[in-house]
Amino acid sequence: MSDIRRSEICIAAVADVFRGDGEILASSFGTVPAIAARLARLSFEPDLMMTDGIACLTANVAPVSGAEAEDPIFEGWMPFRTVFDHLWNGRRHVVMIASQIDRFGNHNFACIGPHEKPKAQLLGMRGAPGNTIHHTTSYWIPNHSPKVFVEKVDVVSGVGYDRAKALGERSARFHEIRRVVSNLGVFDFDTPEHSMRLASTHPGVSVEQIVEATGFELAIPDAVPETRAPSASELVIIRERLDPANVREREVPHPES
Amino acid sequence: MGILDKRTTEREVVAELFDGMTLGIGGWGSRRKPMSLVREILRSSLKDLTVVTYGGPDAGLLCAAGRVKRLIYGFVSLDSIPLEPHFRKARQAGSFEASELDEGMLQWGLYAAALRLPFLPTRAGLGTDVPGINPEIRTVRSPYDDGEELLAMPAIELDAALIHMNRADARGNGQFLGPDLYFDDLYCMAAKRRFMSCEKIVETSELSQLGSMHTLKINRSMVDGVIEAPGGAHFTECPPDYGRDEAFQKAYAATAKDEDAFAAFKSRYLECEDEADYQKAVQDAREGASA
Repeated sequence: MSDIRRSEICIAAVADVFRGDGEILASSFGTVPAIAARLARLSFEPDLMMTDGIACLTANVAPVSGAEAEDPIFEGWMPFRTVFDHLWNGRRHVVMIASQIDRFGNHNFACIGPHEKPKAQLLGMRGAPGNTIHHTTSYWIPNHSPKVFVEKVDVVSGVGYDRAKALGERSARFHEIRRVVSNLGVFDFDTPEHSMRLASTHPGVSVEQIVEATGFELAIPDAVPETRAPSASELVIIRERLDPANVREREVPHPES
Repeated sequence: MGILDKRTTEREVVAELFDGMTLGIGGWGSRRKPMSLVREILRSSLKDLTVVTYGGPDAGLLCAAGRVKRLIYGFVSLDSIPLEPHFRKARQAGSFEASELDEGMLQWGLYAAALRLPFLPTRAGLGTDVPGINPEIRTVRSPYDDGEELLAMPAIELDAALIHMNRADARGNGQFLGPDLYFDDLYCMAAKRRFMSCEKIVETSELSQLGSMHTLKINRSMVDGVIEAPGGAHFTECPPDYGRDEAFQKAYAATAKDEDAFAAFKSRYLECEDEADYQKAVQDAREGASA
């Protein structure tokens, strides 16, 4: 399997964030997370729920690219009002993209620069505040760099562990940032102070390379494992069932060897 | 105009609006927006508005025209274009006060106003910069044994609400035939004056033949004026009547980076005599493109 591409490593790593989630709504933003959530659903987490991106829960899994889509089988109605009820109820795990993220997982995709007059207006708060305080969140970062992994985010749209701690145990009891997956590695918050820790490096990426591309001090264990490769059957699902047109490679180009 | 007949026009509605008011605009992003009413506002001299919206081109156009003093929003998006470029431009120029909220908080503020409550508690926003951006927002402690501290989302009371439905009757019963009502009922219930445009006005007896009873979410006590506006949501989508005019939207979005193109867009589409004139300009452009 020496022909496994970086994008496929990332997809398996993002799929793994849903492991053990069971019958909850899996929401994803970005190409790799869209493929990853579907991969989890079609392999090890068959009970995950998904929407058609409009207002319905779908019982079948639509491909992300290329292939002929079969007609969706609707298993429930989920207009935005129900989405908010559902996510405040907690049965959801979202993978969001971060424009900036800090050591404690504080997240920003609202704007760059001061909020009164931003240098760059981005998406705005959208649902990030409600998501991060109510249910499990993971992050996908397709372009790992010191501009994204920053010492301090310009605006906090998603709650990090230091801010959750300041809220107190009761207010923050549903807060969980499970993992951060970038194009270089996988990160969790499995340290005593819940600061970001390097969990694995993608094949072909060194610890030094990750440290170099990170704008804050990462916790680095003595032995850092390599991110797992997708299995042969997972590769078939990714390549033939979900993304035959290979749009994944547009989001994560394979590094030049 | 009796209570059994609330039919009115864009012009009459906008004549009732006033400078400095708080205006709620229904729909979501570039979906089922009351654009014919927004266009009429752009033809008027209304200014210093506080606009409350799950924003799309309504927010973009009003911001670009300098009519917005304060925007209360969770996002401003064109859906197929994630960030509304005219909104982005106005934001980066610092040209209005940006009261940015979590999407769920915005619903909660409208719902509190609809229920005539001063606030509704929520966890959404806690621990983020939303309270810092909106310093009027306070927290509240549960009076019960749990003692949990929650964010107290204040009611967002509206002077007027504008929504667009697929069908309505002359009395103000409104019907959505698409996949999502969004929060249009809450906008109406949160507002002092409520105006509903629709694709087509039909007899009351026809409504239940056009869709299930679940589509009749706007009742006549929630509406003061009904405007028949075929194509009134253009260029946003209004399914099942029509989808989004993606080509038009793309051209509109591109004008944010090109002053001359925006001037041409304005002269062609915003400086029209009235809505019928706008619809004709859109039709002419379409025929020109296909000829």
